[in-house]
Amino acid sequence: MKPTVTIIDYGMGNLFSIKCALDKVGLKSLITKDISKIRNSEAIILPGVGAFPDAIKKLRYLKLDKVIIDLYSRKKIIFGICLGMQLLFEKSYEGKISKGLGILKGKVVKFQTNKNFKKSFNVGWKKIQIIKNQKNKGFLNAKDNYMYFIHSFHVKPGNEQIITSKSSFNGLNFVSSVNEENVYGFQFHPEKSSKSGLNIYKCLKNIIYEKSLQLTKKSRVL
Amino acid sequence: MIRIIPKLDIKNENLVKGVNLEGLRVLGDPDYFAESYYESGADEIIYHDVVASLYERNIDLSLIEKASKKTFVPLIVGGGITNLSQVEKILKSGADRVFINTAGINNQKFIKKVISQFGASTVVVSIEVVKKKKNYFCRKDFGREETNLELIEWCKKLETMGVVELIVTSIDKDGTGEGFDLDIARQLNKHVKIDYILNGGFSKLEHFTDVLNICKPSGFAIGSALHYSILKHKIGSQKHDGNFEFLKKKTQFNNFKKISINDIKKFLIKKKNIKFRN
Repeated sequence: MKPTVTIIDYGMGNLFSIKCALDKVGLKSLITKDISKIRNSEAIILPGVGAFPDAIKKLRYLKLDKVIIDLYSRKKIIFGICLGMQLLFEKSYEGKISKGLGILKGKVVKFQTNKNFKKSFNVGWKKIQIIKNQKNKGFLNAKDNYMYFIHSFHVKPGNEQIITSKSSFNGLNFVSSVNEENVYGFQFHPEKSSKSGLNIYKCLKNIIYEKSLQLTKKSRVL
Repeated sequence: MIRIIPKLDIKNENLVKGVNLEGLRVLGDPDYFAESYYESGADEIIYHDVVASLYERNIDLSLIEKASKKTFVPLIVGGGITNLSQVEKILKSGADRVFINTAGINNQKFIKKVISQFGASTVVVSIEVVKKKKNYFCRKDFGREETNLELIEWCKKLETMGVVELIVTSIDKDGTGEGFDLDIARQLNKHVKIDYILNGGFSKLEHFTDVLNICKPSGFAIGSALHYSILKHKIGSQKHDGNFEFLKKKTQFNNFKKISINDIKKFLIKKKNIKFRN
């Protein structure tokens, strides 16, 4: 069977753009909120645009929070984009403090404003600085260093080892992507970041293929 | 970084371009142009249904979907947007931001509503102005309807409403290739703190330095210069559904020399040390 990635449809985010980007790199995708389909996925994309409290509420309402945590414990590939990445963490300070999925240690906080920095939104193309000594499996290419951001909250991982890139806004170096085992998070939108962004989905396609090859080998041995 | 933003004016599924927002000529399939611009380094793309507002009809969502399949940079879509459900549909079709002009002038609360539902960064306010003596006045319905709303007064109002970015179009300069309206640049620089994209008049690289000596816009929107460059490239080589006989004639369109987004970026790096994404 052709490897497929499941895009979680919980009513938040521009799923169509992500699907278009996946089509472009030749990775088959399925947009769904169906629990059994999601449970049987080898890889999922958790998208998200909007507010953290609404998003986690919707995931819980659709009973998808437990499904995603279960996928994590079975070492499936999880890809969080923008708010989707923030949801992977333990808690967010957006609005009232709310609990996240808790797959990654850490919290989500607002950009601080002050006299010199009046904007609280980070919108536009920003450079990413790749954190050295990290295995980012080719997701982030040193030559492709600008990505498209649109957010006003950012993550603070409990474990700095998972940080794969940082970017700068309001004079602050914030975390723009993370990776821990099979969990990947990107604060920017790869589907809107031109060829550098599409490269990330190409890498996702490659790791899904690799993993499915390993699985077929295993099943043959059995 | 300053964003280089091709602006595609759309009428009945076709890419069109006029002069002073009038005399719209059909240039071809917007899809084809959008894809070329994406491939050649556009930082963002604007889709503007230029008759939606005037005819009080909705933007064709299938056009936005088509563009999303071929372009992987942010897409700003506007024209005739009057309600929240329209905004939602446009965003679901692959647009990242919407722009609003007429409905915002008619009802300022509408802009606030869109901001509170979709976030300030999702909304761009488009302002299309005509110069009268020393001041600029906003027009509605793609330049068809005059108002008494003065440019800077409107910008300041929008700023207090939480708008984060504007597209300011000089109707006088639109499609002429005479260069951006530098007086608008001066006024915006003096009075406006939020980001603004400048639109209207570009044809030669020096037009950028003229602006950048005065102010620093967040982006430059470009129509004619890029569209005609693609058409000049295509003349005689391929069948094409657009009517571009006018480009062969010796007319004002000869203002437009062949230019690419890459030429623009190279020039700005060299002359103004502006950084761009790779």
